[in-house]
Amino acid sequence: MRYIPNSPDERADMLEQIGVASTEQLFESIPENLRLREHLKVPAAMSELELLKRFEDIGTRNQAAQRISFLGGGAYSHYTPTIVDHLISRSEFFTAYTPYQPEISQGTLQAIFEFQTLVCQLTGMDIANASMYDGSTAMAEAVLMAERVTRRSKVIVSSAIHPQYLEVAHTYVQHAGIDLRHALYCTELGTTLPESLSALDENTAAVVVQSPNFFGCIEDVSALAEKAHNAGALLVVVVTEAMSLGLLRSPGACGADIVVAEGQSFGVPLSYGGPYVGLFATRDKYARQIPGRLVGEAYDKHGRRGFVLTLATREQHIRREKATSNICTNEGLIALAATIYLETMGRRGVQEVAHQCAQKAHYAAREIEKLAGFSLPFSAPFFNEFVVRAPASASPMLDQLAKEKGIDGGIALSRFDSERPNDFLVCVTETNTREEIDALVDGLASFTAPV
Amino acid sequence: MANVPDNLHYSKDHEWVRVEGDTAVIGITDHAQEQLGDVVYVELPKAGEEFGAHDSFGSVESVKAVSEIFTPISGKVAEVNQSLADEPEKVNKDPYGEGWMIKMKMSKSGEVDSLLTAAEYEDFTKAESE
Repeated sequence: MRYIPNSPDERADMLEQIGVASTEQLFESIPENLRLREHLKVPAAMSELELLKRFEDIGTRNQAAQRISFLGGGAYSHYTPTIVDHLISRSEFFTAYTPYQPEISQGTLQAIFEFQTLVCQLTGMDIANASMYDGSTAMAEAVLMAERVTRRSKVIVSSAIHPQYLEVAHTYVQHAGIDLRHALYCTELGTTLPESLSALDENTAAVVVQSPNFFGCIEDVSALAEKAHNAGALLVVVVTEAMSLGLLRSPGACGADIVVAEGQSFGVPLSYGGPYVGLFATRDKYARQIPGRLVGEAYDKHGRRGFVLTLATREQHIRREKATSNICTNEGLIALAATIYLETMGRRGVQEVAHQCAQKAHYAAREIEKLAGFSLPFSAPFFNEFVVRAPASASPMLDQLAKEKGIDGGIALSRFDSERPNDFLVCVTETNTREEIDALVDGLASFTAPV
Repeated sequence: MANVPDNLHYSKDHEWVRVEGDTAVIGITDHAQEQLGDVVYVELPKAGEEFGAHDSFGSVESVKAVSEIFTPISGKVAEVNQSLADEPEKVNKDPYGEGWMIKMKMSKSGEVDSLLTAAEYEDFTKAESE
C-alpha cells in the first residue's frame, strides 16, 4: 500500500476533469438533513512528540506485560529476530490477505508457497494450504473436512484438547449435522488412551487429539492413529505449541491424516485477540477437500517458474454453498512472518529453540516438584508445559505471586475445570532465564505446605 | 456439433444412460464435456451407495468450474469407473465410451422411458443455447 498525497492544484484539476465545481458538490446527493455540519467531538490533534509520550504512559500501565511470564496454554512467548518485522513491513508485502488479482503478485505467492513447503516439512505431511485464521478454526475446519472425506458424521475429540479450541469446534459443527463426542483423558498419565475411544465405530469420521495436549503432555499419536484407522476413521492432530515440531517426531510420521496447528510461536507477537495464524496440512489424496487457498508452482510456455492460486474452483466465490469452506482468504501477513522466522532460524535454529524450551521446562518441573506440598499430577512426558498441583487453591496463590513478586506463574486450571482447584499450567520457553525460573521456584516456596 | 448417439437416453442435466439388462451405465454427454472444458478431476460415489432420480452423485471439476453430476434414474451403484481417478481426460476424449462414470442397478424399470431420446436431447441443447 503506497501513500499517495495530492496538492490543492491536483485536487482542482481532478474536479475540473469530472466537471464538478467543488468537493462539496460531490456530496450533494446526500440529503441536507443527514449531513453533519458541526465539527466531530474529538480532542485536538497532538504533536508526534506528545503522542509518543501519551502512548508510553498508557503502555506503562500494562503491568502484566512487565512481569516475568510462565503463561502458555495456546499462546507462547518466544524470541522474534528483528529481521521478521523489518521484512514484513516492506510495502511489497504489507497486506493482510491474498490479493484479489493474485497472479500479478508473484512475490506474495512465492512467499505463501514457501510457507506451505515449511508447514509440510514441519508436520511431515504432503500438502498444506496458505493458512487459516488461527489454530482453533483450523481444527474446526479439519473436523468438517473429515466428514466430507469419509461421509461419516461422528467425530471423537479428546477432552485433553484446549477447552477454547473445543468451544470453537462446537460452534462450527452445531448446525452441520456432526455429532461431536468427547473421549476422556487418563487422569494419571494426562493423555488420551486408545481404550478411551469407546464411541469409535463405522460411522466415525475422525478422532481428534492435541499433542502436546492442553496439559502439555505428549500423546501416543501412533497408537491413536492405528486405532482410528482400524475403524476407517481419520486421525486429526492439533498442535498449539508449534515449536514442539522442532523436537518431537512429526505427526505425519506418526500416522496423522490431517495436522492443524497454531503458528503464533513462529515470530508472531503475543497479543490479545491475535491476529495469529493457523497451519493446515494433509495427505495428497485429500487435496481437493482441503479448505482455503492453495498456491501451486507452475511453469510458463518458456519454462520459467511461476506461482498460481490452484484448485480455486472448490472455493466459495466460485462454488457457493458447495464449497469446501467459507474461508476464501488466509492470514497473509502473519503467515509471512512465520515463513521469515522459520527461514531465518533454519532447521538447526528451530531445533535449538525447541531443545532449550524442553530443557528449561524440565528443570523448572524438577525444582518445583521438590517443594513440600507441590506435585506434578500427570506422569506422561511433556515438552515445555506441565501441570503443577499446589498445596492450596491455585488461583489466589498465582494472583499473590503476580502482585508481590511480579511473576505470572501459570494458568489456574480451575478456570476450565472446577474439579482442579489446586492445579495450574506452567509454560517455560527459551526466553525464560535460569534466574527467572529460580525466582518462580522461590516465589512458590513461600506457599509450601506446613511440615 | 456435439455427438449424440441414437442408442442412449439423455437427461436435461446432460447425463446419458445406456441400458445393459437391469444395469444403467451413466456418464456425461459430449455437449457437457465441451461446455466444461478440460476435465481435471472426477469425484464419484462408492459402490453400494443408493441414489434417487436427480440426486447428486458426484462432481466433475474442469479448469473453469466444479459441476454437480446427477443420477437420471434411481438405483444402487454397482461399479464406478476407477480409471478416471488417474485419467480424468477420458471424459473429454471419449465421453460415451471410456469416459463412463458409474454403473447402477436400476430400482424402477420404467424410469429410463421418461428420459429424452437423442433427437429430443439435441433439440433441448439447441433451445438451451439460444
